[in-house]
Amino acid sequence: MKIALRHGAGGEETSRLIHDIFAAHFQNEILNKMEDAAVLPEIQGVPAFTSDSFVVEPLFFPGGDIGKLSVCGTVNDLACMGARPLYLTASFILETGLETETLEKAVASMATTAEEAGVQIVAGDTKVVEGNGGLYINTAGIGVRPVACSISAANLKPGDAIILTGTLGDHHATILTQRLQMETSLQSDCAPLNHMVQAVLDAGVSVHTIRDITRGGLATVATELAEASDCRINLQEEKLPVSEAVQGLSGILGLDPLTMGNEGKMLLAVPYNEAEKVLAVLKISKYGKDAVIAGEVAEGNGVFLLTALGSYRKVLPLRGEGLPRIC
Amino acid sequence: MREKELAAFLQKYKGRPLKLMEVCGTHTSALYRTGLRQLLSDNITLVPGPGCPVCVTPTSYIDKLVEFAFTSGNKVLTFGDMLAVPGSKMSLAEARDQGGAADFFYAPEDVLEKAKEQPDTTFILAAVGFETTAPVWATVIKTAADRQIKNIKFLTALKTMPQALAFLCSQGKIDGFLCPGHVAVITGSEPFQKLAEEFSETMVIGGFSQAQLLRAMVRLVLESSKEQNGLWNEYPSVVKRSGNPVAQKIVDDIFEAGDAVWRGIGRLPDSGMYIKEKYKNFDAGSRGLNEDRIPPGCLCSRIVLGEAQPIQCPHFGKRCTPEHPVGACMVSSEGTCCITYRNR
Repeated sequence: MKIALRHGAGGEETSRLIHDIFAAHFQNEILNKMEDAAVLPEIQGVPAFTSDSFVVEPLFFPGGDIGKLSVCGTVNDLACMGARPLYLTASFILETGLETETLEKAVASMATTAEEAGVQIVAGDTKVVEGNGGLYINTAGIGVRPVACSISAANLKPGDAIILTGTLGDHHATILTQRLQMETSLQSDCAPLNHMVQAVLDAGVSVHTIRDITRGGLATVATELAEASDCRINLQEEKLPVSEAVQGLSGILGLDPLTMGNEGKMLLAVPYNEAEKVLAVLKISKYGKDAVIAGEVAEGNGVFLLTALGSYRKVLPLRGEGLPRIC
Repeated sequence: MREKELAAFLQKYKGRPLKLMEVCGTHTSALYRTGLRQLLSDNITLVPGPGCPVCVTPTSYIDKLVEFAFTSGNKVLTFGDMLAVPGSKMSLAEARDQGGAADFFYAPEDVLEKAKEQPDTTFILAAVGFETTAPVWATVIKTAADRQIKNIKFLTALKTMPQALAFLCSQGKIDGFLCPGHVAVITGSEPFQKLAEEFSETMVIGGFSQAQLLRAMVRLVLESSKEQNGLWNEYPSVVKRSGNPVAQKIVDDIFEAGDAVWRGIGRLPDSGMYIKEKYKNFDAGSRGLNEDRIPPGCLCSRIVLGEAQPIQCPHFGKRCTPEHPVGACMVSSEGTCCITYRNR
């Protein structure tokens, strides 16, 4: 069945859509009450709150889909603040012509990912607009972090080690090859990283900064962090983890893995003497097995790459559009 | 280790001071990316040349595209970089903001399909580039002709490198040239060989990877420091003496040589490629776009010749930034000013 304007009119068809697809997959005590707003239990600690919209094209790709992405994106943003994700909302904008089977597949994927991340989807909304079978999802999320937690983009300290939790550019490269209809072994790295981050926090190290390496890639993320913290970041070219497939693709297409986005990789800044311990904890997770110490924080400004030849070059943030509709 | 030794040679060079030029914009960008430019000895000055197609396009060409964008029934399509190049009144991006029909494409071939889907629109393609892009344009024009597509026209600003190099050689201010490897893949090494002999210059054709760049740069420094003239092909895996005959043939079928104006340099005889009489229906009026109105104070003309550094320009980093370019060298990601600005 194809989505039509009547599915968004708030009448019988809307109810059936909600009942058959959303309620069927997002079962939990809070959502099941179907109230106008989710009433949440009291939260112990400092709440963190975020929102993200997802417009990826194609909707399904090796390693993930828009549903998985919409949960991971918001969960990971909360984890980056040292918060434990608790509840999500999910809003859907459906274009007419969308197959309900496609919608259900994305919704089922959201439910599976939410279960893995240990979050509940407690409220939602659906609208239908005229169009060509498109699907857009917004998720918002609430998490909680300890009062003493000071993780922040502005908290880099000279002497910190820069840790990357895995290879760069996988998601970007996967989306691009799908659009170019190239057959490759590439897989998006889209994943909920909150349990991995929690393991690091539980290990009792003092983590200064966490940031997920999404749109704009490491170059853009590192530039933003250096600016926010008024520090300089030195990365080592020879340490940067890039898979052979991504390396090959970027060589052919003239892309730079430094400006290519991920959906399941993070940058962590921790005091250098604790870096090895953090690395060991990260490597236990399947999402952190390729983690490396790739650089350090110094006094100064900007992001620099120590090239294989031994000179420094400035790392430039992404300029222009990059690849549109990547997440 | 071998690469580090080559790098150390360039870093510690103490011979006669050299002024070298990398002609190609892709080299300019690769020399920054690999960090090779940053480690050169103080006795080696490396200046970027006129090898970025966007940077050498005269204002009258942009003005003509803007005019097309505002004429109803037309749609101007171009590579992304071209949208921001300032004309004498405005850029295509500004024209688009004011309701003009202009957009960018990823691959020129895609327009063939678009033209079929929208028969009432005339697509004006901004065909800019050097020898490397010309075969692509020639193929698109040939296909459009074979399929009898009537609603695609091309405003060409295609240029050939040897004439620009000859001009630079005749000025006699450069000790050695790193010649464009991609151009040489198409043309072969022969045209560069002739130039090196005619002007008694040191020329090296180089590739673009770190290893290839190191090899070419070391060769260039070694030979030019000894004032050895001639051409060295340090990209022999893909550059042959006579080039790519298939690409040359399709280009010869569609285009013929004619004078062209290079932004900042002026008119160079036979340095342009124009659509031949047989395919003239596809030409949107590419000849005679000779006017080049550079904003007062803009040093682009001297920068593309390697005579001035971007920081000497009064607009650099002030009025002229990649977001609001005054001169063309600030527009393209391969433009000297843009690269210098972003790496400052």
